[in-house]
Amino acid sequence: MSGFTKAALLMAGLALSACSNNGLLTGDGSNGAAGAGDFVAGSPDDPTSIAYFQQTVGDRVLFLVDQSTLTEEGRSLLLSQANWLLENTSFTAVIEGHADEQGTREYNLALGARRANAVQEFLVSRGVAANRLRTVSFGKERPLEICSAEACYAQNRRAVTILTSGLSS
Amino acid sequence: MMRLFATLLAGLMVLGQLAAAQSGPLRIEITEGVIEPLPYAVPDFVAEDGGAKDYGAQLARVIAEDLNGTGLFREIPAKAHISQITNFASPVQFADWKAVNAQALVTGAVSVSGNNLEVKFRVYDVFAGQELGNGLRFKGTTEGWRRMAHKVADAVYSRITGEGGYFDSRVVFVSETGPKNDRKKRLAIMDYDGAGLQYLTDSSTIVLAPRFSPKGDKVLYTSYETGFPRVFILDVGSVKRRALEDQDGTMSFAPRFSPDGKSVLMSITQGGNTDIYRMDISSGRQTQLTNSPGIDTAPSYSPDGSKIVFESDRSGNQQLYVMSAKGGEPTRISFGQGRYGTPVWSPRGDLIAFTKQNKGRFHIGVMRTDGSEERLLTASFLDEGPTWAPNGRVIMFTRETQGAKGSSSLYSVDVSGRNLKKIRLNGGASDPSWSPLQ
Repeated sequence: MSGFTKAALLMAGLALSACSNNGLLTGDGSNGAAGAGDFVAGSPDDPTSIAYFQQTVGDRVLFLVDQSTLTEEGRSLLLSQANWLLENTSFTAVIEGHADEQGTREYNLALGARRANAVQEFLVSRGVAANRLRTVSFGKERPLEICSAEACYAQNRRAVTILTSGLSS
Repeated sequence: MMRLFATLLAGLMVLGQLAAAQSGPLRIEITEGVIEPLPYAVPDFVAEDGGAKDYGAQLARVIAEDLNGTGLFREIPAKAHISQITNFASPVQFADWKAVNAQALVTGAVSVSGNNLEVKFRVYDVFAGQELGNGLRFKGTTEGWRRMAHKVADAVYSRITGEGGYFDSRVVFVSETGPKNDRKKRLAIMDYDGAGLQYLTDSSTIVLAPRFSPKGDKVLYTSYETGFPRVFILDVGSVKRRALEDQDGTMSFAPRFSPDGKSVLMSITQGGNTDIYRMDISSGRQTQLTNSPGIDTAPSYSPDGSKIVFESDRSGNQQLYVMSAKGGEPTRISFGQGRYGTPVWSPRGDLIAFTKQNKGRFHIGVMRTDGSEERLLTASFLDEGPTWAPNGRVIMFTRETQGAKGSSSLYSVDVSGRNLKKIRLNGGASDPSWSPLQ
């Protein structure tokens, strides 16, 4: 695994330094902990860019309380993700699964893994090569929204597809 | 020695492991479930040489904090004392201590030679006019003076309650800083009372749920150091660490040592499915213990190593199960309303502590190992992750407050549900694991 991780971390580091130079760092830190999601790479007008994937295709799906079943809305968004990944074959992705704070730590880690896995399975079923996708769970460790109310919890029960570009292998 | 506090214990313990209440010269009166703490005095320890001067008072203060902190003892303050203890060997003036209603009296002396500290002490049953057990002497370093105080307090607690002590123990936990959506976490270790804080890792990566080895010399925890959750093992003395499990495409978490310290239980997730595995630490050999399509996690051994309690959502939501340590068909033990998780077997073997989620509230509770006699000890927005004091009488856990500025703290509570209190620490803290007595 280390090859994959190191490459992802390396990319994150490179892109991060690029961002601090040209101010492309997004303010919302929206994707959580993986690093690669904390910045926007490329222009959102370029349909082959990470920015386009995040903003136009949509990089995340949301889940109901204690569920990992994909919603209709989620499946439709993931279909677009799958199509985009099939077009842009130089990208790999880590799918991050997250849970809201209403749960015990260990259970939420496992629940986040289920959510990430549901996304991975869907993408693979639509033709994306399994070896381009990895999953990771953050449980309740990286909430996006910090209020203790359903409005925030709903945004935190998510699976986010974090792209890494430029790996030609 | 007679169990002088049998009455108190019968009320507190709920478990009735002790024989019927015996009467004795020292007793805590329980009236309608309310415990009247036992009044006692611990005058400053006598300094037997010039170098010991500061320690005499400090030792007595830490001993008093330990005893008072249990909620079972009430200190008669020094300003009320009639007699002064100026010579450890002189006879105690029991009438003076009776007059201030001190039922127990702890006297001690301390001497210093270089970096070495020697503490001796005696415990008296004031109203019986006699010593309780024999005087004891501890030797240590001046640096370790707090531990010496904890050892004295453990001995006093033990002699008066008939129970093992828990003051000379440590807690490993996750120290937290920063907002909820960017929380920095690092492993830290402290004395059970919050003193002597040391960090074991930096905050460069998420670390979760450390667990002490049976000897207290190693810690298992979950780290995102590789980018993915992995179980690590860390040596407390050298702070050296290594990943225990590093299989491609998996994540591992929720580790816990076996009672002999040779193997580890953990959850491994593969393809979204989480099962419990045992791993031999030296060989790395893994054995799969559960095989359900559900989430099987948070395993904990019975103290004799024969059984494992864990949580599983195989029934549709989180519940507690007990299985043989070899795996096989588990028996569900939780049947109340709500969800049950993070079960931990008491070091006494009699109870299982757990986290319960019901109607939007979280509780720490205990039940017998067959699931009977469930009792909830706490209730809040978010309580989770109980850990047992070495004597199985006190539980420490994480409490997180609600809202955007919510933060985590460690709390402890008696197994009776009494004496809930926050551990004094700077900054946030979560996921405590209590060491054995040192």
